Amino acid sequence: MPPTDVANPRYYHKVVDCQWACPAHTNVPQYLRLIGLGRYDDSYLLNRQSNVFPGILGRTCDRPCEPACRRGRVDEKPVAICRLKRVAADLRGDITDRLPKAPAQKNGKRVALIGAGPSSLTVANDLLPLGYDVTIYERHTKPGGLMRFNIPAFRLPEQVLDEECGYIVDMGATMKYGTTVDSMKALIAEGYDAVYVGSGAPRGKDLEIPGRWDAPAILTGMEWLSSVHFGHVQKIDKRVIIIGVGNTAMDCCRTSLRLGATDVKVVARRSREFFKASPWELEDAEHEGVQIIENHAPKQFVIENGRLVGMEFERLQWSTVDGRQKSTVLDTVVIPCDAVILAIGQDNAFPWIERDLGIEFSDTQMPVVDKVTHQSSRPGVYFGGDAAWGPQNIIWAVEHGHQAAISIHLHCWGRDVTARPAPGMTLVSAKLGLHAWSYNNDYNPSPRATMQHEALVRRFESMNVEVELGFTPEQSAREVERCLNCDLETHFAADLCIECDACVDVCPTSCLTITQNHSPVDELRQRLSAPALNATQEIYVSTLLPQTKRVMVKDEDVCLHCGLCADRCPTAAWDMRQFDLLKPYAGVEHR
Amino acid sequence: MSSITKPPIRHPSLQKNALGLSKQDYEGGMSTLCAGCGHDSVTAALIQAFWELDLPPHRAAKMSGIGCSSKTTGYFMKQSHGFNSVHGRMPSVTSGANAANRDLTYIGVSGDGDSLSIGLGQMAHAIRRNVNMLYVLENNGVYGLTKGQFSASADVGSKSKKGEANEQNPIDPLLLALTLGATFVARSFSGDKQQLIPIIKAGLAHHGFALIDIISPCVSFNDHEGSTKSYAHTRAQSVELVEADFVPLRREIRLPAQHPAVSVVKLHDGSSVCLRATDGSYDPNDRDTAYQHVRACQSRGEVATGLLFVDEAARDLHDMNRTVATPLAELPFEVLCPGKGALDTLMARYR
Repeated sequence: MPPTDVANPRYYHKVVDCQWACPAHTNVPQYLRLIGLGRYDDSYLLNRQSNVFPGILGRTCDRPCEPACRRGRVDEKPVAICRLKRVAADLRGDITDRLPKAPAQKNGKRVALIGAGPSSLTVANDLLPLGYDVTIYERHTKPGGLMRFNIPAFRLPEQVLDEECGYIVDMGATMKYGTTVDSMKALIAEGYDAVYVGSGAPRGKDLEIPGRWDAPAILTGMEWLSSVHFGHVQKIDKRVIIIGVGNTAMDCCRTSLRLGATDVKVVARRSREFFKASPWELEDAEHEGVQIIENHAPKQFVIENGRLVGMEFERLQWSTVDGRQKSTVLDTVVIPCDAVILAIGQDNAFPWIERDLGIEFSDTQMPVVDKVTHQSSRPGVYFGGDAAWGPQNIIWAVEHGHQAAISIHLHCWGRDVTARPAPGMTLVSAKLGLHAWSYNNDYNPSPRATMQHEALVRRFESMNVEVELGFTPEQSAREVERCLNCDLETHFAADLCIECDACVDVCPTSCLTITQNHSPVDELRQRLSAPALNATQEIYVSTLLPQTKRVMVKDEDVCLHCGLCADRCPTAAWDMRQFDLLKPYAGVEHR
Repeated sequence: MSSITKPPIRHPSLQKNALGLSKQDYEGGMSTLCAGCGHDSVTAALIQAFWELDLPPHRAAKMSGIGCSSKTTGYFMKQSHGFNSVHGRMPSVTSGANAANRDLTYIGVSGDGDSLSIGLGQMAHAIRRNVNMLYVLENNGVYGLTKGQFSASADVGSKSKKGEANEQNPIDPLLLALTLGATFVARSFSGDKQQLIPIIKAGLAHHGFALIDIISPCVSFNDHEGSTKSYAHTRAQSVELVEADFVPLRREIRLPAQHPAVSVVKLHDGSSVCLRATDGSYDPNDRDTAYQHVRACQSRGEVATGLLFVDEAARDLHDMNRTVATPLAELPFEVLCPGKGALDTLMARYR
């Protein structure tokens, strides 16, 4: 196996599992340490560089970082990264003077953004400080998009949303509220240098089965949640069935409980391991008394005298045939109800984009968009967020915004949008002295902090009572200590090694081996101090060691980053170095 | 010293031995030796050997004297018995302990100062008596604890950290042991666990005094250029005379077809050690050959390593004293101390 190239930022980045898993590559360990130090402002601003909405995402993020967290591999439960992010947002002071600002002198380029959701706002956030004239078209009267109209206030208070959207709008974006874009042709004719489509996937999917159009009490989740947000809908009948089991379904069932429903059932076609909703949202819903029914496929609505009285389902049994899931119908059941909310997915629709503009569409009527540059087949027109490839989560929308902003910037100055700036890194020794490191390297055995919730009786008083109360400063300081500081990389200098075995002997998790490098990687993984069986984790292989021409091998899987290898190294061949990914943004090499 | 103690987390693919113990269960306190000390590697090799042999920690006794080496008994098998004696007296204390309880496994850890200077007489007599014990001599050629003066094992011409050469003849523990009638004589290197671990296992299974002289570099005071006990020098100059493979009782012995030079020695507990002389003429069962080979290597400036001599037929302390099979510590008091009447009868025989 060839020696590992640690000069390429990719290797050390991948070691920081949370940062690697985050679409926006947020520097999680560093912002956690800042929270632990009580430096909430600094933590918030570091967080904001990449994910733009720490307060919103600290409540609503899908948390791809947490299943990836190394702590979850050594201690069952990952660090509560998402809710710690919220702590920094909740406890920060006034940081407005530290936010990026738009220069008084504009650069003369005009950009139109369609929709004021998370991806468009991110584009604006990245382009305004560069002097762009940014116009945002939004059909509603406030910014935020889906974050505002589809996430109920008991999960995301309006004030948090207003503040974080406000930071960007207040940089000087021209907001055209209440303006629907009906024609792309007309918009392009206004002479913008670039157009970004961040209009989301705003239509709830429908379910065409018998009875669908025969009663008014059959609703689609997204539209219904918006109506609740605007106050058009203020109550719902007692018995409600939600079809679908994604996060929209979770918001629908819990909103129903707050509007007067007492018997709420979420019905899913498949079994629990295939549910799309995040586990913690399912947990919260069940805690509030929502019943979740698995393996039931909708057959028809039961209508009596023009009134919905129930819904008929086929009970399914799933089996695996040739590696694919197949269902057989056991029998049918009717579940009585007064209302049904369909929450089975979202659709995109682009009737307003003329098909003769050079913007190519696929057979499924989705635009053809480059995965890296976000450019459509017409240079100067970009897609991102749910509008690009269908529904994804907020943090993906943010990353789309960052990448599209880079493309727009390159395009506006006549440069090749495919020639993207490369990420860099800094690697700084954490050694402060003999056995002293710039981070707390000891392992904290505390269990994952549990979130305090508002009492059930208080919760249903109004839509605006936030359910999660957040961590206390003490709780968060302890939770931060659970972080293994994976960005403190074990950096090895083979030429200094005297092969005394001290690191191999002291490593608590048997990550290190000094051995011959004469076999393929699969075989090498088997003959380490502890076999490296987790193939998703890299193994590091050094260059030849000076004395015996063997190599140092490290299995990254369960390294605790405790620094004992560097502590016990007599020649400082091992060092702990803080890795910082330098991620490029529009107009800046990194920030 | 380390900044922290070892976190209690282990790799998920680590295995347990027949006793259901992991290697972690054979560990002790955190080492306070210098980072990179050879003694820590010896500790790690001992832990690995104990774990592989399924040695029950509560049936072992760790014995030591004074010095860097003698601290290391604190770094393994925290559940074992142990005695940290005065300087150089570990062999005597172990002899006494072994006399009283022959059923425990005795692991003595000593250094070149503790064994070859202040404790030389003690070690010599433990060898003569063939006390059933593993005697680990962590040999670094200097007094590290007092900042690097030459010890009795320093080679002529070896340079101190300041550059002065040693002029006094060294005591070679292997030659000494061979002349005193030692029944198990080996040398290894802390930086070569592949060789060291099987030798430790064989030494533990040997019935009698098993001496392993382990070159264990002092990273602070004797790992420089000009030193003959540094990592680099030992790696360059060590010559493996005999390759030893320990075969536990429950494993079938398979001799490689192409190697007539392999000799199998059955050990006391039924397990075996396969010895393969890397030099065709070497006979690890012949005391005189062993002596000559070590001397020859010495004169060439080489370090002879491997299990150099073993005699499993020799009698140990208890055999020679014809003690009962039950450990004295477990005999009923009336049997162990039959009273004044029995003493009077005995004394009467000498009147």
